[in-house]
Amino acid sequence: MIRVVDAGLLTTVQDCGRWGSQDLGVPVSGPMDLISHRVANMLVGNDSACATLEVTLVGPEIEFLADTMFVVVGGEFELWLGEDRMQVGSVQFAHHGRRLRFGPRTAGARAYLAIAGGIDVPFTLGSRSTDLASGLGGRLLRAGDELSTGSGESGTPVLRGNGIPFDLPRGGATLRCLVEQDVLRFDDEVVGVFADATYTVGPDSNRMGYRLIGPKLEQVNSQQVLSNATPMGTVQVPPSGQPILLMADRQTIGGYPRIASVISVDQSVAGQLAPGDWIRFEFCSRSEAVEALIAVEQTLLQLV
Amino acid sequence: MTSYRQSGWRISMVGDSAIRIDFGALIDPQVSIRVLALAAAVRETGPDGVRDIVPSYSAATIYIDPLLADVDGLWKLLERLAAEPVSRQTSSRDVLVPVHYGGSDGPDLEAVASFANCSVDQVIHLHTAPRYRVYMVGFLPGFPYLGPVDSRIAIPRLANPRLAVPAGSVGIAGVQTGIYPTVAPGGWCLIGRTSVKAFDQDRDPPSLFRPGDFVRFEAVAGSTR
Repeated sequence: MIRVVDAGLLTTVQDCGRWGSQDLGVPVSGPMDLISHRVANMLVGNDSACATLEVTLVGPEIEFLADTMFVVVGGEFELWLGEDRMQVGSVQFAHHGRRLRFGPRTAGARAYLAIAGGIDVPFTLGSRSTDLASGLGGRLLRAGDELSTGSGESGTPVLRGNGIPFDLPRGGATLRCLVEQDVLRFDDEVVGVFADATYTVGPDSNRMGYRLIGPKLEQVNSQQVLSNATPMGTVQVPPSGQPILLMADRQTIGGYPRIASVISVDQSVAGQLAPGDWIRFEFCSRSEAVEALIAVEQTLLQLV
Repeated sequence: MTSYRQSGWRISMVGDSAIRIDFGALIDPQVSIRVLALAAAVRETGPDGVRDIVPSYSAATIYIDPLLADVDGLWKLLERLAAEPVSRQTSSRDVLVPVHYGGSDGPDLEAVASFANCSVDQVIHLHTAPRYRVYMVGFLPGFPYLGPVDSRIAIPRLANPRLAVPAGSVGIAGVQTGIYPTVAPGGWCLIGRTSVKAFDQDRDPPSLFRPGDFVRFEAVAGSTR
């Protein structure tokens, strides 16, 4: 059991997402940075399907109501366990009554607090993830909330963490992406503008998507697009011409033309971006996307 | 530009973790039947690494785990299923939705009447007459995309979407009509409201409407007041 002493800016429970009901309009949700979520679980010996706490920009203060093994992975925050400084990525054991406090953030945007056995909130439609837009799975954590922990499958912890297999963004990131079929709605010049542009993550960005500020993307034809499925990482272009990068809490379907899709591995990098950070897009091939994914899996395998 | 023949389709990857088969940008019952039959067939076949199957108006998008799924095999399966005539009848139900039209429940009803150059009662008559097909469910959990709406009342979306559309609101957007299951921002023109619960996470299935179902609206007594 843990108790939220101070909730921080935006702290939610996330597992690997609410898959399998998108045909009924149920968003996937899940961690903004899936890789860090998985690494956090692995370090404490959890299955990656266990729920963690996703911490955003300003971290919480958590009191452990039982002896607990835990780790924080992802964005770099100053961390205090009682009076002691601790490091991101290092597995710790907290005695009953001790408090974990998040201090200032120095890189990235989100961190994942994994507890041996996982956060044990009830399943909603097969997932423990909080979807802030639809309200499925819960809500933002508040001071005073108490969460059960430790019912999940838990194996042997890995007591040495060597971080996450990508460079944590410090002010911005280049995201690799694949071209989308709807790119035919944009002429080559506009696609060139997109590829050369430096966008800024807008202030009204959230877990649903990042509104990008930068060069406007004009469509060649404004014929209606029929709505269809919108995976995470999709870069869609509304009539304003200012692209939107769809993230974890995105809707299941959408009707804006898409110009590109950020590759799976770099979606986690995107999850470490904060409003005001820059984004550049770099087109790559599908085989590069899959190779990047395999490389991450190999790094994760070396953890255990 | 890709063009579609009447019976054509196109298969493409969407990012690195989804594969889509698209039967052409059409809102058409026959296209929808093909999409839903194909989605059901893929679900039944149950290929490895498939995480979600999302039918929409003219396409089915299959989410995969790229490290578990056999993309080439899946591609061939889609080609084979698309080439087969539609033999299966996917299950569908008829759902009757009572609606209180107008008043504060349907703040745009008068605007639709002006758009159609007819009376409010005629708008209600035109909206309640058809047996609508559920083409897809999405945007919000349980939100059904129904159509086609009579062209006379096919009013476009609001230029300025509302920040909070009440749960149960029934709206029109072009040839589409739909029901907001929960409070949400939205740009559809609102003509009425229903007490039917379109989505309930504790119900199985949680969505009252499923793609392929049919919906009729019925004006409850006291509508327009």
